[in-house]
Amino acid sequence: MLYNQPDPLEVKVLSRRFTLPNSQSIETYLANDGYKALEKALGLTQEQIIDEVKASGLRGRGGAGFPTGLKWSFVPRQSPKPKYIMVNADESEPGTCKDRLLIEYDPHQLIEGVIIAGLAVGAQQGYVYIRGEYRYLIDVMDRAIDEAYAKGILGDNVMGRGVKFHLATHSGAGAYECGEESALLESFEGKRGNPRIRPPFPAVAGCYQSPTILNNVETFCAVPPIFLHGGAYFAGLGTPKNGGTRLFCLSGHINKPGVYELPMGFNLMRMIKEVGGGMRGGKKLKAVIPGGSSCPVLKADECDIAMDFDSVAAAKSMLGSGGVVVMDEDTCMVNAALRIMKFYAHESCGWCIPCREGTTWLKKLLTRFHEGMGQRSDIVLIGDLSKNMLGRTFCPLGDAAAMPTIAFVEKFQDEFEAHLDGRPCPFEKSSRLVAV
Amino acid sequence: MADLVKFTIDGREIETAPGTLVIEAAKKNGIEIPSFCYYEGLTLQAACRMCLVEVEKMPKMQVACTLPVGPGMVVRTDTEQVRKARKSTLEFLLTNHPLDCPVCDKGGECELQDMVFRYGAGESRFTENKLHVDEQQWSPVVFYDGPRCILCFRCVRACEEGMGVAALGVINRGAMSLIAPNRGDHLECDECGQCIDICPVGALTSGAYRYQTRPWEMEHVGTICTHCSDGCKTTLGVRGDEIMRGNNRDRSGVNGEFLCAKGRYAYDFYNHAERIQTPMVRVGGKLEPVSWSKALELVARKFGEIRSRSGEFGVIGSNHTTNEENFYLQKFARNGLNTNNIDHHRTGDVVTLIDALSGTSGQLATTQDLYDKKAFLIIGTDLAMEHPFLSYQIRASFRHHAAHLYTITADKVREEDYAVRTIRRNAGDELGALEDLRANLAAEAELVIIFGDSVKGDAVRKLVEFGQSLGNAVKYCALVDYSNSRGAVDMGLTPELLPGYHPSGASGPSVKEMLASQTLEALWVVGANPLKSGPMASKKTFVVVQDMFLTETAQRADVVLPAASAYEKNGTVTNVCGEVQRLTRAVSAIGVKTDLEIIGLIAKEMGLAALVGPWVPDTVYGEIRKTVKGYNIPLAMLAVQAQQTAPVNGRVPVNSRPELIQSAHDGLFTSGTLGRYSKILHSVMESRESRSQQEEMAHS
Amino acid sequence: MTFSPELEARFEKFLAKYPADRKRSAVIPMLIYAQDEVGAITDELVQEVAKRTGATPLQVTEVVGFYSMLHRKPQGKYHVQVCTNISCLLVGGAELWEQACHKLGIGHKETTKDGRISIEEVECMGACSWAPAVQVNYDFYHDVTPEQFDKLIDGLAAGKKPEEIAEVKKVSC
Ligand SMILES: Cc1cc2nc3c(=O)[nH]c(=O)nc-3n(C[C@H](O)[C@H](O)[C@H](O)COP(=O)(O)O)c2cc1C
Ligand code: SF4
Ligand code: FES
Repeated sequence: MLYNQPDPLEVKVLSRRFTLPNSQSIETYLANDGYKALEKALGLTQEQIIDEVKASGLRGRGGAGFPTGLKWSFVPRQSPKPKYIMVNADESEPGTCKDRLLIEYDPHQLIEGVIIAGLAVGAQQGYVYIRGEYRYLIDVMDRAIDEAYAKGILGDNVMGRGVKFHLATHSGAGAYECGEESALLESFEGKRGNPRIRPPFPAVAGCYQSPTILNNVETFCAVPPIFLHGGAYFAGLGTPKNGGTRLFCLSGHINKPGVYELPMGFNLMRMIKEVGGGMRGGKKLKAVIPGGSSCPVLKADECDIAMDFDSVAAAKSMLGSGGVVVMDEDTCMVNAALRIMKFYAHESCGWCIPCREGTTWLKKLLTRFHEGMGQRSDIVLIGDLSKNMLGRTFCPLGDAAAMPTIAFVEKFQDEFEAHLDGRPCPFEKSSRLVAV
Repeated sequence: MADLVKFTIDGREIETAPGTLVIEAAKKNGIEIPSFCYYEGLTLQAACRMCLVEVEKMPKMQVACTLPVGPGMVVRTDTEQVRKARKSTLEFLLTNHPLDCPVCDKGGECELQDMVFRYGAGESRFTENKLHVDEQQWSPVVFYDGPRCILCFRCVRACEEGMGVAALGVINRGAMSLIAPNRGDHLECDECGQCIDICPVGALTSGAYRYQTRPWEMEHVGTICTHCSDGCKTTLGVRGDEIMRGNNRDRSGVNGEFLCAKGRYAYDFYNHAERIQTPMVRVGGKLEPVSWSKALELVARKFGEIRSRSGEFGVIGSNHTTNEENFYLQKFARNGLNTNNIDHHRTGDVVTLIDALSGTSGQLATTQDLYDKKAFLIIGTDLAMEHPFLSYQIRASFRHHAAHLYTITADKVREEDYAVRTIRRNAGDELGALEDLRANLAAEAELVIIFGDSVKGDAVRKLVEFGQSLGNAVKYCALVDYSNSRGAVDMGLTPELLPGYHPSGASGPSVKEMLASQTLEALWVVGANPLKSGPMASKKTFVVVQDMFLTETAQRADVVLPAASAYEKNGTVTNVCGEVQRLTRAVSAIGVKTDLEIIGLIAKEMGLAALVGPWVPDTVYGEIRKTVKGYNIPLAMLAVQAQQTAPVNGRVPVNSRPELIQSAHDGLFTSGTLGRYSKILHSVMESRESRSQQEEMAHS
Repeated sequence: MTFSPELEARFEKFLAKYPADRKRSAVIPMLIYAQDEVGAITDELVQEVAKRTGATPLQVTEVVGFYSMLHRKPQGKYHVQVCTNISCLLVGGAELWEQACHKLGIGHKETTKDGRISIEEVECMGACSWAPAVQVNYDFYHDVTPEQFDKLIDGLAAGKKPEEIAEVKKVSC
């Protein structure tokens, strides 16, 4: 069963098998171009594979948008240590729910992408780190892995071509921070999910301190189409330096929320109006978070932009993980800022002072503020504290908490002011305070 | 060595070794970059973010504690941005930190206080509620106050990396994070207390010290721990005539800031209720208090009588008393009492080692060697239990130099956790395993061999022969027990050896033989408890005992003279590696005298004062410098740091009497007779026993 | 400590996934699956997982406190998790959460007296486009309306299994 109906505007590359009956099964997969890309890649050298990925203009779908081919090329050719492929299926960025579908509907596409990554750097072992809440996906993935082993696609002799590649799932247990690559690796090694000092980056010292390719689920899933149709084809789907399509997760006050695969650079307003079916109840658009909760909010008048990494960055926000959260005129921006800060305070690993103390302070401050006990000086303080976190924390979680907060305060100062002097939240009905 | 890297910091061009961290390079050049989590020698954390600096061409500020200097790098530590960042980090830190400085033990020596003073954030904009958790007691000596903790993880690393114990961890997440002990609600560890000392704030406090005093009310006296032979410097915090605590925060001394439970807490015997404060003589079978003059008179009279009729004396010296006292004692015994019957409890075969190494030089390991060298062979000893500082050094060498360890022991020892090879052999059989290790050991560029008391006599020669045949640079260390065991041998507290390993040419009874003798007319025991293991054969022998407590030996005495403890006197002691260090008096106890003074007074009372000379430690030390080879070290140099002696460089043609050599194998919480009088060591052992009983009961 | 044969088999599989000298990687998967069977992370379980993975009990304890899905206290038979993060908040997640609290008279991470239901306000569970979302144990419920939620809680409280409550359908397989 699909969670939302496809939209005619979609360009279905990664999601094209989602609608097939029994799409999870290897039979469906094989009958629909499955493992043909792998077949091709098996005939290529490591350089050729990496070059093809570079040519595709694929950029990481986990959030930062780092060019994937370039990342793969950082893995040292020669290494006395085994190399690893790590799939980041921790998907925890609020507003994001796409990796879930990629695994649920088409697990073999992921497996195929991972094996190709293995070929690219000479790794023989891969792991899929799946967030603990996605328990059922672990089962989906395990079944698909078993099928792939049974068909000789995984194992000591991949497709009979003398190459070895093994893959296994790994369960997380509830921690947003474990989506951050180095914290994920710590967690994978059975430790607390504290991030690591970088450099060295995972490409050099990742899983078990060995060279590791670590990418988001969607990034790996884009790999088979790239080899099936060519890097140039994939690049052509998007905008310059932003190859391919993206799974956008539309949520919030729109008529047709859902996950839609659209070309990179698709206009945001169009996305809301045409794909998302417009605002719910005919309300007015107030703001959009364009790429998950850590991305600075865009005001309605800033939403006429192309949704690719560079264009959104030019608008001083980020494309992030593809979570597009749409907010209407009745939304309280103070409450939104509060809820998001509450999240970061809950998820801060506690390692560094500015993040640990900053998020907690801001959460308390915003709670008090939203309750009508704020003072004018608090508005300055909120912005100030956020700026004191920005760029100074151990890992980007601190930035992820600071950036949206700064944007909320700067762009919606009037709403913050409306909460002053003991006045109740003007939007109380539509967005109630939540328990801590 | 690789080429130096040139870089600029605050406008100054500096050259430093490649790989040097900016924070270290700055410090070496007198520029302080504040830090909480960075701690020299421990793994890097980059957690506190206090050390942010500006680096040209980098968009964001960088943490100086993990950033290696690069050629041409331009670093700025005193810009507006950096100042603001420091202030804001402190402001963040103070949000959940209680402002209970007035009652906090750390007040006055708190790194957080100092930083707030220096870098601002005195007035906070935080008006929300602070998080609170209750204080916890983790052991008789360790308390943890969660809210004060700034999560710098120094304690966790000091325990795991420094001690190899890993008894501290981090629980919860985010602002709720706390440090936690390894056994649920309590600690099971070495109780070394280093976590307390290394804590920059008052989160970890000492059960022995907490709420007793303020740091500025104390005088800080650096002296040498009187327990094991490792010779750690302990800085005693003294208020009035009371020792309030022991630590070594200034990192002076061979041990840096290392201290074990004994060095840190077990000074507390000095004011034990059973401490003897007045001389006693036996009257009608009972020890009765008398004045010093009466007691000394009696001893002098008795000794004088025996001396004049050439009666037989026995003198037993101590492993705890100073070099000066030992030297003075043997001198008085040999020249004043005309006897060679002098001995002490021998705990390791230093004599044979020195003899076996004759003709070589520089092959006795120093404590520094145990950190500097890259390979170690450990034979027949549980170093972490019996020589915690030596174990600490080797562990640090493993961490910092990837040193290779080899162990041959009867039971599992901590060093095995990171040893290259581990061999299990019963005590006394260890050397049978040497050939097994030959290939490994010969491949090492340098090696230190450390052996316990099961290797003695010919076995030592065999071991040295093996070591010398490896063809690399080998150093040795023969383990001994107590704070001045080594000094006792050096100073000639045996019949066969005069000070400086000169053969006496005469024989004499050992401690054991003295106790068994029926012919001894007088036995003089200075700071030892030989009767611990059984009574004396002769009932008639006149026994004089100098001690702090009414030990088994003192109870048999005819005269008991109350002696000062190591913390109540000046002088020098020599540690297991032959390093001489100075004792400095921290307190004075009522009614007691130092052993040196007591010996001098006896000599004086006997009219033999001229023979022994003044009982002034520095004067006696001057004589030691002249007489004892290897000890010609000016006191001024000792005042600065420990100096290794090189006792002889030639044969020591005596029989070391290996059968007399026996270590007491004191562990972390025992210390011979002295250990009995430490309340803290007792409380630690008792709490462990009651826990293990509880656990046993819970299981049955 | 003994576990069901199924869990033992799972453990065996877990341990086989990682290199022989890296068994500690199995700590978190073992804890979370064992928790499902044991009901909570007990001291005994900590010891057992430590033993099987070569970690120290303290290392395992450190992990337990870090992950929000690992819990020391037993939860209700049905652990109802309501997401109130941004996407769910916008479309009624917070109201669902209050509804749960009021109906059951319990709060965050509390359990009803009969031990049947515990509730937790959780962070984003990856169902943003089908918000508001609820998870009961590991099962997802999407686009939950207040009426459906009422039925779900009433049904669970009355002793029904979630699958017996016709009005609500779990979406995940
Ligand atoms: C706090 C934090 C949380 C993150 N969470 C996720 C996540 O849930 N999933 C993910 O794929 N990447 C996440 N990332 C990004 C990863 O660190 C990493 O950049 C990414 O997985 C790399 O894959 P990509 O190059 O394919 O994007 C997170 C980063 C941070 C700083
Ligand atoms: S207890 Fe002290 S040393 Fe340990 S983390 Fe807290 S502040 Fe640092
Ligand atoms: S000293 Fe650099 S971050 Fe703590």
